[in-house]
Amino acid sequence: MSPEVGADPGLIGLAASSVLVVVAVAISMWQRLGLERSLIWSACRALVQLLVIGAALALVVEPGQPIVFSWIWVVVMVTFASWTLGRRAPEVPGAFVLGLIGFGLSCVVTLSVLFGFRIFEPSGRTIVPLAGLVVGNSLAATVLVGRRIVAEASERRAEIEARLSLGLTGHDALRPYVRDAVRTALIPQIETTKAVGIVFLPGAMVGLILAGASPVAAVKVQVAVMYLILGSVSVTTAVVALGLSRRLMTPDHRLVRVLRAPSR
Amino acid sequence: MPTCLQFDSVSLVLDGTTVLDRVDCRVPEDGITVISGPSGSGKSTLLRMCNRLDVPTSGRVLFRGVDLAGVDPVEHRRRVGMVFQRPTPFAGTGADNLAVAGVTERATAVDLFGRVGLDAALLDEPTDHLSGGEAQRLCLARTLATGCEVLLADECTSALDPESTDVLESLARRLATSGTTVLWVTHDSAQADRLADHRIVVDGGRVVA
Repeated sequence: MSPEVGADPGLIGLAASSVLVVVAVAISMWQRLGLERSLIWSACRALVQLLVIGAALALVVEPGQPIVFSWIWVVVMVTFASWTLGRRAPEVPGAFVLGLIGFGLSCVVTLSVLFGFRIFEPSGRTIVPLAGLVVGNSLAATVLVGRRIVAEASERRAEIEARLSLGLTGHDALRPYVRDAVRTALIPQIETTKAVGIVFLPGAMVGLILAGASPVAAVKVQVAVMYLILGSVSVTTAVVALGLSRRLMTPDHRLVRVLRAPSR
Repeated sequence: MPTCLQFDSVSLVLDGTTVLDRVDCRVPEDGITVISGPSGSGKSTLLRMCNRLDVPTSGRVLFRGVDLAGVDPVEHRRRVGMVFQRPTPFAGTGADNLAVAGVTERATAVDLFGRVGLDAALLDEPTDHLSGGEAQRLCLARTLATGCEVLLADECTSALDPESTDVLESLARRLATSGTTVLWVTHDSAQADRLADHRIVVDGGRVVA
């Protein structure tokens, strides 16, 4: 198979790949899972979303387009991710602002390293996809860390107030619970990083190989991407956790009353 | 007798509910002062205000004549320690718990455990191995580890067996005799009779006696 064929499956190829959705629907019907409509809806929705995003991406990644378009895209991504954080973790006080700071700072730190050390050249073709990896991979961990800290502050209120009553500062009283929440949020990413290449081949690498790149070149890109994701998830969860622990304490070291959202 | 803690027309409104309504009372320096009253009457809230875990919506709480609104709460809480209704042992060993309160020397830790009637061997036991009574005594030792001058006890024996209750009541008496001001909240009138040198009775968020 030539690289060109691998790079673009074409409309017929795209239609053929939908056979796999039909297989999933068939399994749902066979096992009476009741997921047929959800499967079809999610597959159609993903197709439309990606076509729209692909068309929009073409406007910013094509050579000759002003690089400012890419940065505007990044700002929109960070804003949307922060809004999503607020929606998925409504019990987290100030989630939107915490998300803006966390995702924003994570983009600044990780992209500064990647572009500063010339690992990638800053261009429309690199800025948007890399920032997308930062934000997309940090979102789930950030929701997890936010919800976990609020749940701990609610369920372990007596324990935290016992720490305060011993003369600990608000920051010190919350520290064990914040630390546990950040560890919980980071461990899946660490496990994923350890398993890469053995248990599964990551998406970026597979995509590059399918597009015709050499496996060695694909591995180099993938390693940089894995480190980017590890760094960005760490920065985002740490920033959100620290910011949230400040919001959960009053300036005079009293625990704010929080209500835990019903479990989903 | 000088006043240790004083409530000066203190009110607290939480989510539109009046928890305390213009409370005026004083806690003398000497002996054990018992705050009693039915459940939900505002007893625990009075105690939490002494520890700065709650602050008044209006009025003042004074500690030795100084308005608590103006003091550093972290420093204040090490002078006015609190034990809660349910035992709140932290994860780790007994020694780890005392370390949170700043006691890391073994001899001091053993002494503190002795004061609350706990075997020193429990210093190295994980706290989830302790019984309810042992856990509450550990919490009391932890509070005493701060070197507090005032002990606030919020129904700290309500979940304990009679033997553990007796140990804690005896300890409260010894502390009061040795100069520590003890403010003890209970809804158990028999316990109030056993312990009280001074009484404050609360009902419906107001001091009634």
